[in-house]
Parts: sequence; structure tokens; C-alpha cells
Amino acid sequence: MLGSVTATAPLPRDAPVLSVEAPLLSVRDLTVHIPVPPHVLRAVDGITFDLRRGETLGLVGESGSGKTLTALALMRLLEPPLADLPRGEVLLEGTDLMRLSEVDMSALRGRALSMVFQEPMTSLNPVMTVGRQIAEPVVRHLGLSTRAAAARAQEMLRLVGIPDPARVAGAYPHLMSGGMRQRAMIAIALACRPSLLIADEPTTALDVTVQAQILDLLAELQREMGSAILLITHDLAVIAETAHRVAVMYAGRIVEEAPVGSLFTAPRHPYTRGLLASIPRIERNPAATLPEIPGMVPGPAERPAGCAFAPRCGRALPRCAEEAPPLAILTPAHRAACWNPADG
Amino acid sequence: MIGFVLRRLLQAVPLLVGVSLIGFGLMHLAPGGPLAIYTLNPTIQVQDIERIKIIFGLDQPVHVQYVKWATGIFSGNWGYTFFGGRPVLDVILERLPATLLLMGSALSVAIVLGLSVGVLGAVKRYSVFDTLATTGALFALSFPTFWFGLMAIFVFAIELRWLPSGGMWELGEEGSILSLLRHLVLPTMVLALVITATWSRYARSAFLEVMHQDFMRTARAKGVTPKARLLRHAFPNAAKPLIALLGVELPFLFSGALVTETIFGWPGMGRLFVDALGMKEYPVLMGMMMFTAIFVILGNLLADIAIAAIDPRVRLQ
Repeated sequence: MLGSVTATAPLPRDAPVLSVEAPLLSVRDLTVHIPVPPHVLRAVDGITFDLRRGETLGLVGESGSGKTLTALALMRLLEPPLADLPRGEVLLEGTDLMRLSEVDMSALRGRALSMVFQEPMTSLNPVMTVGRQIAEPVVRHLGLSTRAAAARAQEMLRLVGIPDPARVAGAYPHLMSGGMRQRAMIAIALACRPSLLIADEPTTALDVTVQAQILDLLAELQREMGSAILLITHDLAVIAETAHRVAVMYAGRIVEEAPVGSLFTAPRHPYTRGLLASIPRIERNPAATLPEIPGMVPGPAERPAGCAFAPRCGRALPRCAEEAPPLAILTPAHRAACWNPADG
Repeated sequence: MIGFVLRRLLQAVPLLVGVSLIGFGLMHLAPGGPLAIYTLNPTIQVQDIERIKIIFGLDQPVHVQYVKWATGIFSGNWGYTFFGGRPVLDVILERLPATLLLMGSALSVAIVLGLSVGVLGAVKRYSVFDTLATTGALFALSFPTFWFGLMAIFVFAIELRWLPSGGMWELGEEGSILSLLRHLVLPTMVLALVITATWSRYARSAFLEVMHQDFMRTARAKGVTPKARLLRHAFPNAAKPLIALLGVELPFLFSGALVTETIFGWPGMGRLFVDALGMKEYPVLMGMMMFTAIFVILGNLLADIAIAAIDPRVRLQ
């Protein structure tokens, strides 16, 4: 097949989490510290996680928790003056992306890893036909002729569920709806069958019904192509529907990481528990107030020395204010950064 | 498309009527009236002036004069000059080649240079080059053209003696390409300096705006090389304001540059205008006004068509 990775078997949602297979993506201690005199904004503060082939990891957190910055750092898409700030190790199939030259990185973007953005309305070039925009990475990375790439573009459009791909390939983005554009973005991202797809809030800008269609499409294409997906969202419902594993981010750090089932049924970190408790549920008494987490996400200047969540935490111990908890292994598949985790 | 062009040309008619009314009105409102050059000359007899009035039709009611002149424009009869009694259109058209040559070379040099400087400034924003280019452009735009013209003559013609200070040809070398090119260098340089400055500013801001759009990040995310991002993605999107600018500048190609042509003694349209102004040669001034107005309309029409050709979101309606 085309692309660098052969399709792997679909990963069942209840697959064992431990595996001897080397992870596809291995992120070690990724940091993005932005100097904003007189402070240093620790926007991404030492993130570590693995992602296996064919797996979907949901990265969830509030706005400002560092999710998007993490994604842009992984893709090395940060623009000056932020471009040189990311530190740490990002091993994709054994290659440390952080050490690649811009030229080498550019050869991998769109081929080994690609990205779908939040805003389908502005993420497509308005003066280029959709077909050409999909064909572009195919010509660049796979060396196909313009004609073969155009055929591949139509095939991709069909694959992402666009009716009449021949017509749409020749159309300009402004004639398409948001959902159609996001499908086209996915077609661009997957045109070279990358082993890793980073989807940054891919459904946030879309109608609820279209959201579900796009998520289904991503899952279906994942089964077909075997790509791993890093799904970034603030929406726990999206995670519950799509992800195999979840990493919860708070103030630039991962505070809890677990298979999707155990995270929703037995969250250990007080922040995760607060997040889950604040989801409106149909069976809940409508008269009761929705529980919320007290306080606000600390700004860069007020971030405490210890656990960033401690000031808002009901389970905080004296130690929490002084020492930041490491991401500790609670069960083989469940990690949480908390000195006083709740029982599972 | 054809309907659009026809509609736009029809819309231009009232505009041209307006311009012609103003031009015609100015001649009659000017101190001394249209024949000021004669009436203010004590050596010319009253009966001679009356005779001249009849010859030029100035004894007729104003609205009759206007209609005659305005309809003449469509049939190619743009009136006759006071001095020499030559057809105005001939006088204008014989100056056109010199202006086309000078403005054509200055605009081409300036657009190529201005685009390059502007794009480079946008790509390497806040670099030493960008700072120098910005400062240079402001410098070029804040000094009057005649100063640059005089300095160029002083340095290159008088001190260094590299290039001639004015005219189109050396005496006795009329028609020689080499001589023409030598005479073309200084006025082109001076004119191009100011146009380059404008274009570099426009190009810089147009590219800066485009380069921070989401779709440019998408292009990067799919591995498009920097060169292809610039040419294939940024350029067509940044071109729109630049084409609009080109449409506005097209009339200069035909109307010439007043100051530069005057300083360098370039026998083009700009100098014709200045000369006609000094001699109160109203038929020529009115004719040139109409001539320029036509190209203003054409320039903007062409720019609109070109923009619609690039951007599928623009519909010609």
C-alpha cells in the first residue's frame, strides 16, 4: 500500500493496555516554557505519554491547559518566536522529531504524521480547488504524477464520505459546509496514510449531528488505515465515544491517564472526578445544581509551587502545596499525579 | 463576464460625463476665460479676439459648446490647439510613446523590485533587511520626487558624468537605441524609486496578512516546502490588493509623470500637461483630462476582472 505503515488490525476498545510492542509515538518530558517577562509561562510542563499503532489517545483538558500547544509542538508547527521553545523527546517510530532539521521534519509532515485543525472554515486555501489541496501532499511525499494524485484525491474524498467526489474535487472550499470542509481536511491529512494523526478539536466548530459523523468517520478510517490518533478535545463525551485511552491535562501537565473505561468509572485524580461530576446527565435531578470545581485555573504568575490543582482541591494535603506530585502508576494501566488519589 | 464588462462600461459613461463637465467648467471658470492667453495680451486687438472666438466657436451658448466638444470626443475630434491649430488628439498621441516607454520601464522595475523587497521583508519580518527596507521606503516616500531628480542629475550627470541629464536623444543621434537607453536610465531610476517604495509596503503587508492565515499552517502541516507555500499558497491570496494597486497605477502609464518628465526634459504626457498649463492651452488640458479618465476606468475594470479570475469567491455581477 501507499504510505509508510502497513495497516494493522483494528484495536478492540477493551484491548489489553500493556503490550510488548514498541509504541508508535513516545513523548518524553515535553515542555514548552514561554518567557513572558517577568514570568515564565509553563504552558506545557513535562508531558510524557505513549501511543500505540492503531490506538486513539484522548487528550482532554480545559482551554489553556496546553493541549493545542502540545499538538503544535509535536508537529513542530510553532512559529517564531515560539518555534525553538519545545524541549524534550518526541520519538515517532524511533526518530526523535525534536532533533530533526526543518527540512527533514517537513518531509515527515503529511506523510508520517499529520494534523486536522479545529477551524475547518479557515484551514483550507480559499483560492485552490479541494482536489488540488488533497493532491498536494501526495505529489510531494509519494511522488505521484499530477494526474495520479488527482485520482487519489478523488478516492480520498470518496473515502471520507463525500458524495460526488469528482465534482467536489474541482470545487472551491467556500461552496462547502463546515462538515464537508472538515471531511476534506481529514482527506488531506490521511492522503498519504500517515501512521499518526493529530486531531485538534476536530468537531468543536461543527453542529452536534455533524460532530458524531466526523467522529465515526475518524474511527472508521482508523480501522481501515491503522493510524494512531491523538484526539485533542475539551469534550469528555467525544472522548468517551472515540478514545481507547485518555490523558487528562491540567495547567500544562498530565494529571491522570487511564483506559477510557476505568477513567470514566473509577477516576482517581480529584480534578478528573470534578470534571466528570460536572457533566450534565439525563438521569440527574434537574432541580439540583450541577456540581462545579471551585475556583479558576491558575494563571502563569499564580501557579503554586506544588500541585497546580491543590488550591481548588477538596482532598489537598499540606504536602500538595509544597511538592508537585509525579505521574505515579496506580495500577498497570492507570496513572495519576496526586499525593492523595481517590480510591478506584 | 461579457455582460459584466458591458455593464461596467455603461456605468462609466456618467463618470466620464462628470469628468468632462468639470473639465469644461474649469476652462470657463478660469480667470480670464478660455481665451485668457489672448485677452490678457495688450498687443492683440479686440476685433482679433472676436475673430478667434468665432473660429473656436466660443461665441456660441455654453451648452452648445459643451455638446459639440463632448460629442466630438466619441468621433475622434477632440478640438484644436490654440497655438498651431493642430488636432488635440494628434498632439496627445504623439507624446504617448515617450511616456509609455518611461512609465513602462519604471513600473516594471518598480514592481519586480518592490515585490521582492516586500515579500522578503514579510518572510524575514523584523530582520535587519526588513528594518532597512522599511526605513528606505519611508525615506523614498517622504522626499519629493524633484529632489531625487535633481540629486540624480547632480551626481550621475554633473559630477560623475556617466549619464545625460535630460532629453531622449543626443543631438544628431535621434533614433539611436543606445542613446535612448542612456537617457532612459536616470528618469526611470527616480520614478521607480518612489513606486518601488509603495509596492514594497503593499506587498509586505499583503503577504504578512496571508502568512498568518490558518490555511498557511495547513500547508505547513502537510509538508509543503517553504518555496511552494510562498508561490502556490501565499502569492495568489496576497495578489488581490496588489492587482487593485496595479489597476490604480495603470492610468499613470498613459498620463505620465509631471515632475520627473519636466525635470529630465522627457517629451511625454506629463510634460505636455505642464507645458499646456503654462500656456493656458485649454483644449489640450481638457483632452488630457478625458484621456486619463478613460484609463482610470479601464485600469479598475481590468483589475476587477483579474481579481475575479484569481479568487473564485469574487463573482462578476
